[in-house]
Amino acid sequence: MTAVATPTVQAERSIWKTTAVFLSRWKAPIGYSVMALLSLLVFGFGPEPGQTTSFALSQASDAVQIPVFSLPSMLTAIVLSVIALGLAGYSTYATYAEKKVGVWLPIAFGLAFMGALLTWAGAGRDSTNVNITGMLVSGVFLAVPLVFGSLAGVVNERSGVVNIAIEGQLLAGAFLAVIVASVTSNAYLGLVAAPIAGALVGSLLALFAVKYWVDQIVVGVVLNVLVIGLTSFFFSTVLSDRPELNQAAAQMQADGGIVLQSLPIPLLADIPVLGPVLFDHNLLVYLMYAIVIALQIMLFKSRWGLRVRAVGEHPKAADTVGIKVNRTRVLSVLLGGAIAGLGGAFFTVANGLSFAKEMTAGKGFIALAAMILGRWNPTGALMAALLFGFADALRIQLGIIGSPIPSEWLAMLPYLATIFAVAGLVGKSRPPAAENIPYKK
Amino acid sequence: MKLELRGITKKFGDFVANDSIDLVVEPGTVHALLGENGAGKSTLMNVLFGLYDADGGEVLLDDKPVKFDGPGDAMRAGIGMVHQHFMLVRPFTVAENVMLGHEPLAGSRLLDFSMARDRVTHLSQKFGFDIDPDAVIDDLSVGAEQRVEIIKALSRDANVLILDEPTAVLTPQETDELLEIVRQLADSGTSVVLITHKLREVQAVADTITVIRRGKVVGTAKPTATQEELASLMVGRDVSMTVDKGAAKPGATMLEIEDLRAVDDFDITTLDGVSFDVKAGEILCVAGVQGNGQTELAEAILGAIPASGSVTLDGTELLGRSIRHVLREGVGFVPEDRTEDGLVAKFTIENNLVLDLIDQAPYSRGGAINVKAIEDNAVAKVEEFDVRTTSAKATAGSLSGGNQQKVVLAREMSRPLKLLIASQPTRGLDVGSIEFVHKRIIAERDNGTAVLIISSELDEVVALADRIAVMYHGTIVDIVPPDTDRDTLGLLMAGGKQVTA
Repeated sequence: MTAVATPTVQAERSIWKTTAVFLSRWKAPIGYSVMALLSLLVFGFGPEPGQTTSFALSQASDAVQIPVFSLPSMLTAIVLSVIALGLAGYSTYATYAEKKVGVWLPIAFGLAFMGALLTWAGAGRDSTNVNITGMLVSGVFLAVPLVFGSLAGVVNERSGVVNIAIEGQLLAGAFLAVIVASVTSNAYLGLVAAPIAGALVGSLLALFAVKYWVDQIVVGVVLNVLVIGLTSFFFSTVLSDRPELNQAAAQMQADGGIVLQSLPIPLLADIPVLGPVLFDHNLLVYLMYAIVIALQIMLFKSRWGLRVRAVGEHPKAADTVGIKVNRTRVLSVLLGGAIAGLGGAFFTVANGLSFAKEMTAGKGFIALAAMILGRWNPTGALMAALLFGFADALRIQLGIIGSPIPSEWLAMLPYLATIFAVAGLVGKSRPPAAENIPYKK
Repeated sequence: MKLELRGITKKFGDFVANDSIDLVVEPGTVHALLGENGAGKSTLMNVLFGLYDADGGEVLLDDKPVKFDGPGDAMRAGIGMVHQHFMLVRPFTVAENVMLGHEPLAGSRLLDFSMARDRVTHLSQKFGFDIDPDAVIDDLSVGAEQRVEIIKALSRDANVLILDEPTAVLTPQETDELLEIVRQLADSGTSVVLITHKLREVQAVADTITVIRRGKVVGTAKPTATQEELASLMVGRDVSMTVDKGAAKPGATMLEIEDLRAVDDFDITTLDGVSFDVKAGEILCVAGVQGNGQTELAEAILGAIPASGSVTLDGTELLGRSIRHVLREGVGFVPEDRTEDGLVAKFTIENNLVLDLIDQAPYSRGGAINVKAIEDNAVAKVEEFDVRTTSAKATAGSLSGGNQQKVVLAREMSRPLKLLIASQPTRGLDVGSIEFVHKRIIAERDNGTAVLIISSELDEVVALADRIAVMYHGTIVDIVPPDTDRDTLGLLMAGGKQVTA
């Protein structure tokens, strides 16, 4: 009897297996095709014939002015959708021929899709322009805390310590930055203080995770709760009693204090589109560029980086060649904390805002996602953080244009991008092998 | 460099791992440290290497006392160690692994990769290793990884090289290559300490042999000593080196495998049309270099991986049935990785002994466990299988490898069996345990059970088999009698067809 049942069971198993293999190989082309078709149907055939969408590339303050231009909505969206379809077709061909595709494909696809979306959203709205440059500028700016947070994650996790406390480190940095800036009337001193706050949170993580071998994820979660609790407590007691300790930039400037100014880089900042997007920001953004480049070099080309990575992959091997494992980890955790803390300054002094309860609003966790999507690489983390930043900027831009999509759905955009990116694009990324494993001799 | 240990003592709590050990390693010689697993060899070398602090005794290099606070100190003094579990960072390249801890810096204060590469190439050429400095460790074979470890030690100008169980993970060919390298190193002036429990290697390469038992030096021997002499020194009693077994009395065909095929998760073929049969009362050994489909063969029969073709046991098709059904049909399964798949390390010996019987009488009734029956079973099995433990309530993880394997065997043999499958049944076991395991397997055969042994140890295959099936690239190359000579077997293991005269 069993012999009769056998082939069915076999067939069933192999169907599952074949399906799984099929899906994992073809998920990218399938995803692209579905999105491109959606783009064609909704964005391409959505606008009424004759409607136009006007795009602005220059901002009022720019040296080189590019005039606002209008494009026929339907035609533009259809052309962009067809480009997206073409890219989906190429992806299908590449998968079939087992060719590797570069990063240009998802980027080009994303641009085409977003372009179609914006054209559709701005169709027939004569009073508002789709401000592309403005959107890109705010995308870079919104990505700042994510970049710092994910770099903090990279430094920590490369040494084998999981840092769930990025959220708390950002918040602590935001908190201390605004207090120091308010007391000294100098926002730049706030930037100096912010890393100290982050490193303090990091020192607690190091103490419990490295010295006392407490589960790193649990410690991280607890630290987040601790920082939220402490800052909220001080916010509603000390800071509400003495508002002069928690000043927004406008207030400080009115009192003659120094605030963070936009520092356009000569010449570079005058390049149309690219200039304002990349080279017309305040000091924190330039610090971010510098830290990304420095970390990328240091992690992969310096003695320090080699040792940190060895400790995160195989601590015992590092120990047997005379590297002090736990000291390396503690220093990495402190450095990571300082980087996240500096990123926290974004929320207050770099944004010109005063501190508010839980103002980091989950950015620390999106930063963690950016770190994973960036495959534990500084430049990868930068790219991923920028992706999330642009998703956020797109949400704001669509809100300004007044799109037909309800604002609650728009608010989900960055998080949706996070889920799709982490689930769909990560592929074969491998975390450091000794992550979340305390080193005991 | 001359290395001398005087009265080294190391205690873990009440347990004395090293009891006043004296050892002298002359320059340019191979000194074998022979002993069973758990005799204290590795502890001694970890003390020497600065990983453990000794409770007494001293280390002398060229007659001068030295003190190491950590591996870094030991390496600076010229002592290198190749650990049993490789200390290589897997995503790193060979050059990165070799330079780790003493990185050459370029003028820019960044790593000098070209110098690191040159270092590897230089040493690799000097000893004929053929190692690419830019290869990532993950892509290397186990044998190549070991050569990287040796380069790593030599790149720090090691004058004394400690090799801890270096052949445990190697194929027979790789083992021979390694022994040649060891000889070459000694001839070029390096002192080599070879820690092992394998007698053949000791005889092949050692100049001096020190035997350690239960933390004490019990004697020294010349490499001319016979295997029996060495083994009895090591175990402390007479050991028979040949497996005592009568002629097989094969009965009817019990296991019949036809055209068995399987692929792995990446769609790579692992079993490519395997067909053979095993008769009742016969031992069929599957020989082959690791990774040629042996693991998958055992798992496919058990039903742990999907496969196509046919596996019949006593006329019943096993393929496509759940593992539980396969076991109930009378299959005993000893997995190749006992700590991972054979036992639950944190469970007691008692519970491990009834893992696959717990849903049956007498161990449980109506969902309630019968503690008394489990205890009685454990006491009986511990006695019968000579499991050396303080109590049957100790965790399986606290046992030595040999005793863990006895627990697995005891469990698998406590059901009436038609087929016993044992993968690498004696991997990592000491001489005494190997002897015991082999005896039990032969007893099972003589009971009329069909026995399928999968082993990459050629000695074991030759000793146990009534017939040898050689596997290569997912197929059975040939099935040969057990008196086939080693060279022919080696050739078959490399995929060559036997030339019949």
